[in-house]
Amino acid sequence: MADTAAVTAPVTDAPIAAARPESRDDRALHRRVFVGIAVALALAPLVLYPVFLMKVLCFGLFALAFNLLLGYGGLLSFGHAAYFGMASYVAANAAKHWGLTPELAILAGTLVAGLLGLAFGALAIRRQGIYFSMITLALAQMAFFFSLQAPFTGGEDGIQAVPRGHLFGVVSLADDRVLYAVVAAIFFLGMLAIYRIIHSPFGQVLKAIRDNEPRAVSLGYRVNRYKLAVFVLSASLAGLAGATKAIVFQLASLTDVHWTMSGEVVLMTLVGGMGTVFGPIIGALVIVTMETYLAPFGAWVTVIQGLVFVLCVLLFREGIVGVLARRLGRPL
Amino acid sequence: MGGMRLAQDVILATSGLTKEFKGFRAVSGVNLEVVRGTIHALIGPNGAGKTTCFNLLTKFLHPSAGSIRYKDRDITGMKPADVARLGLVRSFQISAVFPHMSVLENVRIALQRRRRGDSFDFWRPERVLRALDGEALDLVEAVGLSAFAEHQAAELSYGRKRALEIATTLALDPEMLLLDEPMAGMGHEDVDRTAALIRRIANDRTILMVEHNLSVVASLSDRITVLARGQVLAEGDYASVSKDPRVVEAYIGSGHA
Repeated sequence: MADTAAVTAPVTDAPIAAARPESRDDRALHRRVFVGIAVALALAPLVLYPVFLMKVLCFGLFALAFNLLLGYGGLLSFGHAAYFGMASYVAANAAKHWGLTPELAILAGTLVAGLLGLAFGALAIRRQGIYFSMITLALAQMAFFFSLQAPFTGGEDGIQAVPRGHLFGVVSLADDRVLYAVVAAIFFLGMLAIYRIIHSPFGQVLKAIRDNEPRAVSLGYRVNRYKLAVFVLSASLAGLAGATKAIVFQLASLTDVHWTMSGEVVLMTLVGGMGTVFGPIIGALVIVTMETYLAPFGAWVTVIQGLVFVLCVLLFREGIVGVLARRLGRPL
Repeated sequence: MGGMRLAQDVILATSGLTKEFKGFRAVSGVNLEVVRGTIHALIGPNGAGKTTCFNLLTKFLHPSAGSIRYKDRDITGMKPADVARLGLVRSFQISAVFPHMSVLENVRIALQRRRRGDSFDFWRPERVLRALDGEALDLVEAVGLSAFAEHQAAELSYGRKRALEIATTLALDPEMLLLDEPMAGMGHEDVDRTAALIRRIANDRTILMVEHNLSVVASLSDRITVLARGQVLAEGDYASVSKDPRVVEAYIGSGHA
């Protein structure tokens, strides 16, 4: 029963090669992957539309931020659309009505998402498991209804015609290729930041909490503070992605704050590989590509996505990059 | 020791400690005094309330009544992590390691807490923790695990996991250790080695342990408290406790020799 083995393998406690402690060789491998991603980012606009690429990068960063919380904090949030969407509203307002330059607008969105994460996270981390997820979902629904009613979000219309503006007040972002360079830089730095968080003294404590929470407590770690900290970091980075998306598409709408967006980021992360460093990027690429190129099928896209998700869970629970990492015997 | 004990000699004391679970009194009015620098054993037949008592002391359970004092400080309402920070550190009955971390990392995570306090520095590289590697390796060596330093903890045998757990606990340099059945599930060789380890670490520490293995209790403990049905049945050194007819009856009555 080969398929049974494939399904049960990742849930056993038996040491699998990919789960062994990371070595210096693994770090070197990761560095090579980073270089590869940088090269791919530089070459991609030669063959693909910059707008499509920017969409992939925004969702890739969103999924990376979500995976920081799920894969490394062990916390499943069902309400990450709240941080992504609210940040895009703030950035859109900042660029359109407050006259801020794009980098400041994005920064404002990121900060607001972080503060919202602090408020929501402080409530949610008081409960564990499914209750934690339900609280994040309920709070995100509140954020959605707030967005629907509050005047500054434009309700059903959203905020349209957001100016891309001039970076630092100097460089015009009207050209897609220039904007792409900025978005690629934000994505790359965001990815490096998340990699650093995972591989920091803080990340080491997160790992211990995920591995054995009561033991971490008995060593004197106040685990809730660590959970809250990673929640805020994840919400901020999700906000960075949402705010960037508002500038790229010159639009902030209810779609970004809707619960389906929370579901989509879960999908991207699981398809790519939860708890892998690079998986969420691949997951975002797959999902966004499907949405873009299957658009002629209309509402069937959702059905096809659902099918992909079911197949993914049945055939390779570790996700695309998770399977790859196991084949290579290296953490990716 | 004998006679009256001075108050400052007592490092951990409970008074009227009680825990009820839906009407069932698992621990009932326990008064316990642990003297600084001793090895104190908590024994009793199955279901006597030893582990509940233990969880109350480490704050993993909250008492229904009574109070706990540690170093003349009321810790009854404190959180487990804060109790650990005061130097009162526990082990677990089921081996408590971080399975997906290496042996070295297991010990280092404890050192990290003691040496650096809180580690919220998410912007620093993990490299900065290498400064702790030397000390961590010394502790790994002290429990005889040097050859396994780079191994993942999940791969270790049961006895070695317990040794790793003790090394991790020692990394906190606790003033007082609470060991929950340190010998549970161990073979003879491991028992002897762990007993020697406990004796060695008890040199400048206080230890309270729950233990089933009576020969270990006899050879290690300075003082023994016998629990039965959630209450203190007898207290004293091994010679006097083992002759106590109530203790003999409690053990034989419940099927233990």
